[in-house]
Amino acid sequence: MTGAQVTELIIFVVLFAAVAVLGFMAARWKSGGGLHQLDEWGLAGRRFGSWVTWFLVGGDLYTAYTFVAVPALVFGSGAVGFYALPYTVILYPIVFLPVLRLWSVSRSHGYVTPADFVRGRYGSSLLAFLVAVTGIVATMPYIALQLAGLEAVLRTIGLNAGGWLGHLPLFIAFIILALYTYSSGLRAPALIAFVKDILIYAVILVAVIYLPIHFGGWTSILDAASTKLAKVNPVTGKPTGSVLLTNTNQLQYATLALGSALALFLYPHSVTGVLASKSRTVIKRNMVALPAYSLLLGLLALLGYVAIAAGIKPLTNGATGKADTNTIIPALFGHTFPAWFAGIAFAAIGIGALVPAAIMSIAAANLWTRNIYKAFLRPSATGEQEARQAKIASLVVKLGAVLFVVAINPSFSIDLQLIGGVLILQTLPSVAISLYTRWLHLWGLVAGWVVGMGWGVYLLYIIPSPTTGTGHFGGSALALAKLSLFGWHPFGASTVQIYVGMVALIANLVVAVVVTAVVRAVRVPGGHDETAGSDYQADAPRDTERELTTTAV
Amino acid sequence: MPPTPPTSSPSTPPADPGGGRRVTGAVLSPWNLLLLLPLVMLVTPWFNHTDPKLIGLPFFYWFQFACVLLGVACVWIVYATTRRKPVNTVSADRLDVDDLDERGRA
Repeated sequence: MTGAQVTELIIFVVLFAAVAVLGFMAARWKSGGGLHQLDEWGLAGRRFGSWVTWFLVGGDLYTAYTFVAVPALVFGSGAVGFYALPYTVILYPIVFLPVLRLWSVSRSHGYVTPADFVRGRYGSSLLAFLVAVTGIVATMPYIALQLAGLEAVLRTIGLNAGGWLGHLPLFIAFIILALYTYSSGLRAPALIAFVKDILIYAVILVAVIYLPIHFGGWTSILDAASTKLAKVNPVTGKPTGSVLLTNTNQLQYATLALGSALALFLYPHSVTGVLASKSRTVIKRNMVALPAYSLLLGLLALLGYVAIAAGIKPLTNGATGKADTNTIIPALFGHTFPAWFAGIAFAAIGIGALVPAAIMSIAAANLWTRNIYKAFLRPSATGEQEARQAKIASLVVKLGAVLFVVAINPSFSIDLQLIGGVLILQTLPSVAISLYTRWLHLWGLVAGWVVGMGWGVYLLYIIPSPTTGTGHFGGSALALAKLSLFGWHPFGASTVQIYVGMVALIANLVVAVVVTAVVRAVRVPGGHDETAGSDYQADAPRDTERELTTTAV
Repeated sequence: MPPTPPTSSPSTPPADPGGGRRVTGAVLSPWNLLLLLPLVMLVTPWFNHTDPKLIGLPFFYWFQFACVLLGVACVWIVYATTRRKPVNTVSADRLDVDDLDERGRA
């Protein structure tokens, strides 16, 4: 370890420790009814105003995905990695109205999770169970992506040992995270999100202003990127990428952006961030203000090209022996910034990975507790027992994600998130469409989920690795030629690529509509709807606030 | 997800905080159509070009940065035009809930 790395490590550890202390202290912040109730632990009492929500949801949505995975994809593949910008721009207009309806109906009926809503809307534990399981499973690779980002930072600092020892720093970081999430619930990541954002904004503003000037301006940076991406990969015989979209990846770009935007607010952790806010106005203001992070995300994506111009080589992962593209941005910072500033930057990325990991594990724990434990295992559980279950479940989910990252090493960590997206998109008809209409029948939704999920996972299975051209689960982009309906290839031998999530979602919707038409014709009962039309527009008047919160438990 | 007609049910409380207007929330406003505008970003052939460049960045990149502002403008206009619409609350107060909270603490 060099002298510079010692400085970086000390600054990283000091900031990390400060944040951990903050996490434990958060238990007492804005505390009302005590942390032994699920509403208090898992939604912080639904009391967050505009500012806290902005930091919380910002910390929730702009994660290691933004700081590590997207720039790594731009570094490796060029323009297609920039899909993350249209994704986060079209996101807010698309979800603006549905999210308000979800907040209102959840507030009226005390729903904590999206599966709670589905259960209330359709009176079906089965459909709620499917939505809950999908949420938990889809969240795990997303948490694993955060861990991959954190590990990339730790390895760049010099903690890059081989084998089991190489993962040890990650384990330590996650035990600390697990402990303060356990004791403080959602308040911990909300409070830490303030620190994270201040650090991130400081680092990014310096990086996006200083680095392009330092490396000769955008013209020469893009020239360097374009030259490197045009080099042919000896294994596949194709260029690795380009700075503009090609004929084969335009559809992929659009479907990735649209699919990711539709998926995001189906993830349980996004719903948690929304439900923790105290009124519709808070959400509306945030939908206007949150794109400030999108500008940041776009600028960070371009740092992938800056890394090319700077001649950065990905660090060789001490555990796998392979080059780890996730280390691109940390390596760029370590290479160009003085050691003290690089230390701050690393801490910012590391903390930026911990905040969403905490919220995600809380959201998955809420799902387990409300829609599996209480629905099937112990219907008579008290509020206190629910909260204890959720705390334990949050530990289990985090442990699962750690094992995920130790066991699996995809070439681009962004694929972890995109695979999760394919899964979570299959709950769109049950969660999002049912916010507006109950026309789709309960059994249509179940059948659509089964087909969408089955086909989606199968299509992911047949995608080979883009770097070697062999293997399975190599990404989320499928050539249209591989699409087959019972042996019929509707797109011939087309090499145009598409995001698997959208293909599976369309199949899901078609099956849901057809089955709905059939079961309606034979008059199968569709379950009881406990929500009323006016629930979807309800806002929170002050005097009923406490009452609503307590009935939610 | 397209906006659909508002669901107004018989259980809507008769108390009308809006003073004579129906409780509709934000659902019916024609301004909501603005939310579809940012979807132009999905039509990649329209901006997948190098020229014109801006400070060395190809059109492909700076056009999409400009779309961030377009997206904010669209959502802000919808927020601003639907802000004064009555919402269904149990109390008859029409003040912003944030203001109410501040007063409640004072």
